Amino acid sequence: MSWDEFIVTGDPFILAAQISIVITTIVIVFGLTYFKKWGYLWNEWITTVDHRKIGIMYIIAAILMLFRGGVDALMMRTQLATPNMQFLDAQNYNEIFTTHGTIMIIFMAMPFLIGLMNVAVPLQIGARDLAFPFLNSLSFWTFFMGAMLFNLSFVIGGSPDAGWSAYMPLASNDLSPGPGQNFYLLGLQLSGIGTLATGINFIVTILRMRTKGMTLMRMPMFTWTALITSVIIIFAFPILTVALAMQTFDRLWDTAFFTLQDGGMPMLWANLFWLWGHPEVYIVILPAFGIFSEIISTFARKRLFGYTAMVISIVAISGLSFVVWVHHFFTMGAGAMVNSVFSITTMAIAVPTGVKIFNWLATLHKGKIRFSVPMIWTLGFIPNFTIGGVTGVMLAMAAADYQYHNTYFLVSHFHYVLIAGTVFSCFAGLIYWYPKMFGHKLNERIGRWVFWIFMIGFNITFFPQYFLGLDGMPRRVYTYIPEEGWFSLNFISTIGAFMMGIGFALLIYNIYYSFRYEQRETTGDSWNGRTLEWSTSSAIPPHYNFAKLPKVSGQDAFWEMKQLGEDTNEIKQYEKIHMPNNSANPFVMSVFLFIASFELVFPMVDYCDFRVDWNTCMYDSKVVY
Amino acid sequence: MKQSYISMFGLLCLILLSGCNLAVLDPQGPVASQQKDLIWLSIVFMFIIVLIVFTLLVYFLVKYRERKGHDDYDPDIHGNNKLEILWTVIPIIIVTILSFPTVITIFNLEEAPEAESDREPLVIHATSASWKWIFSYPEEDIQTVNYVNIPVERPVLFKLTSADSMASFWVPQLGGESYSMAGMQTELYLQASEEGTYSGRNSNFTGEGFADMRFDVHAIEEPQFDAWVKEIQEGAPELTQERYDEFMLPTHVGEYTFSNTHLDWVDHSTDAEYGLDARERQGYEPENPNASDKGTPRVGDEEGKDS
Repeated sequence: MSWDEFIVTGDPFILAAQISIVITTIVIVFGLTYFKKWGYLWNEWITTVDHRKIGIMYIIAAILMLFRGGVDALMMRTQLATPNMQFLDAQNYNEIFTTHGTIMIIFMAMPFLIGLMNVAVPLQIGARDLAFPFLNSLSFWTFFMGAMLFNLSFVIGGSPDAGWSAYMPLASNDLSPGPGQNFYLLGLQLSGIGTLATGINFIVTILRMRTKGMTLMRMPMFTWTALITSVIIIFAFPILTVALAMQTFDRLWDTAFFTLQDGGMPMLWANLFWLWGHPEVYIVILPAFGIFSEIISTFARKRLFGYTAMVISIVAISGLSFVVWVHHFFTMGAGAMVNSVFSITTMAIAVPTGVKIFNWLATLHKGKIRFSVPMIWTLGFIPNFTIGGVTGVMLAMAAADYQYHNTYFLVSHFHYVLIAGTVFSCFAGLIYWYPKMFGHKLNERIGRWVFWIFMIGFNITFFPQYFLGLDGMPRRVYTYIPEEGWFSLNFISTIGAFMMGIGFALLIYNIYYSFRYEQRETTGDSWNGRTLEWSTSSAIPPHYNFAKLPKVSGQDAFWEMKQLGEDTNEIKQYEKIHMPNNSANPFVMSVFLFIASFELVFPMVDYCDFRVDWNTCMYDSKVVY
Repeated sequence: MKQSYISMFGLLCLILLSGCNLAVLDPQGPVASQQKDLIWLSIVFMFIIVLIVFTLLVYFLVKYRERKGHDDYDPDIHGNNKLEILWTVIPIIIVTILSFPTVITIFNLEEAPEAESDREPLVIHATSASWKWIFSYPEEDIQTVNYVNIPVERPVLFKLTSADSMASFWVPQLGGESYSMAGMQTELYLQASEEGTYSGRNSNFTGEGFADMRFDVHAIEEPQFDAWVKEIQEGAPELTQERYDEFMLPTHVGEYTFSNTHLDWVDHSTDAEYGLDARERQGYEPENPNASDKGTPRVGDEEGKDS
């Protein structure tokens, strides 16, 4: 393998990225040395097993990935702004939409929500940490290393270019040569380990570590969604693990699970991928529902309407999420009966989701609504998500889906649910729990600007795309010709995308601004909250969370305590608290996993080229004996 | 909140006024027409739901916002069984109502649309290859590339397959799409009611040349169609296997016509390996698109028309 096959050369964007990566690395190393922060970084963050700090690291990583995925999105929208645009070529565009999709789902949406779960769930159930703090740290570091491996493909070896769904046979060696697709396979595999471990960790934590009196049906709604999400994770992620391993074998060692040659079955990949992929979209939407439930009842200052129905709904959604995967390929010719069944199961999801929407609306009824920033994100979610939801029902009708499939109608639909649902909830949750993490709120005035710019930009971007889809514009095309008549709607859409970019930049500025100027919280209860995380002794909870574990006697535990005038932090007698020690092992293990995965990405390992010399290799090794 | 929705509805009206001829909502045949009816039916229902949610939301936000003189505050309501059953049952009813026409249409689309002339459907094998469409008429024994002629008001049965990666055959104004897969055969009935040229394309991502994988469907009167077939049978060049193998390379090509079909020696729906083997026979090597010789033109960047 020659050097220039290793490093991507000859593209100005990538050259700029390479230079900026080198400069940033030098600046960070220099900065850490100059300010003598290496020890702080190592002791306080890299080796930490504290759930709040791991949560913060998840969120920081997710915001970085949101930036990367967002830049991808802006480049795509620029390329599509006018017909026959020459900004990107087909290969660049294909790599960019592939990385955009993969990063946003796997390395942005999931970690962001897992980060918020890490911060809030132990506090909400009155626990001192997760059940397995060491495993939690390992989860984070395998996710992080997986994300880094995936992102490395941009400058070393070339990005994957077969779409985030990586359909075979397109993703095979014959049709997607080069190491790009290997980065996808191994990056996802590595971070998948972390996700699976997180799922197990949260199930055990929520089932075993609730404080006295916190029965299942008294748990805050966010904790409920975290529990159900974790259940989906442990059922869905093994499917992905196996499918990825099979495709890896196909690419590296010439097996024939999904290939065209030797009797492989490409459609099996599509089935396995979506058997994981559809539950995956509920993995990123259920915690969002949980966050909105918390915020809506806090700022309407009212109990959540229909708590039991809400719980039943999320359980129903999680069950249905495993029986709808075929709707991702109604057009594969599975037959009328199969398509009819999956049409109906898919439409059935609208029922529990509809129940949730109406319960949120009913929570507002007879409330006293305060329009704080987390609340306006939540109120923005309801109408926008409803649009995404009803177009989802339209897509579920298989006979009509033949006309929407693979078009911008679909693109618009899933952005309406994923942005208005997941991204809005990430922002809302970040702002809501920000004082718990950093001891001060984010500035309210800038926060409102962020919301309006982002929300309006979002609608300008994606609403026209429904019409582009109905006008026959397929997704994933890198350009179009003037005669197709898609110019004006695309141009409007691009303007909206840049508004969203401005909104995001303003959010980042708000973090800086608030760090400098925002007033520090003096109590643990920043929003007149209802659940236990707001009952801690100070804004940033001590690392043991609760000096004395609270006792719970109903839903909205802290609200009840406040009504009764109980002081939760009054302590008569101190007890010994056992907290886990820091550990460097998770980080070190993940670094070695990263190195091992990176080796697999480039299959030309000289000492034993499996592809050609499998027999000789085996033979040679026998000779040694 | 309200302002943005007013502006959004403004945008919606503008788009609707300017875009009455959206391809999918402007069908030119009975298949697309059934789908259009189903789409409009769902749009009506969905619009009602959106309207209810928006109205309730705005009403509650105005009425129950924190303000002076707001004395209707009741923090302890925890639910209401009757209401909750109501909004569980209503979605169930809506989903049920939508299920019937959906299932009926799904089954209808599996069969040939009723033709005015009670003729058997015309069978055309459509094969996708990177990045072109190959149409074979087995009865007529002719083959076209990147365009297809069909008679009006006669059902056409497209038998779809692929030489390499999975593509999707889509002519929006005639009907919904269907995948084409190597080693498999999918069937799609279409029919044109009016004479004209309809643009079709591959709508499933197949790599670098995907965006330009278009073809034209010319719907012409039956006598003209028969004349065209005759003309091709007599005048067009013959397709050899060697010439056909060149189409298996990942290239863009123009429109071609031949007086026989490749079905004489290969049917990709039973031979998934042919396409990749043909590439190999011609010495084609897959290359990392990010390797350093990216600047040199790749196969097929420039291939002229020769028909």
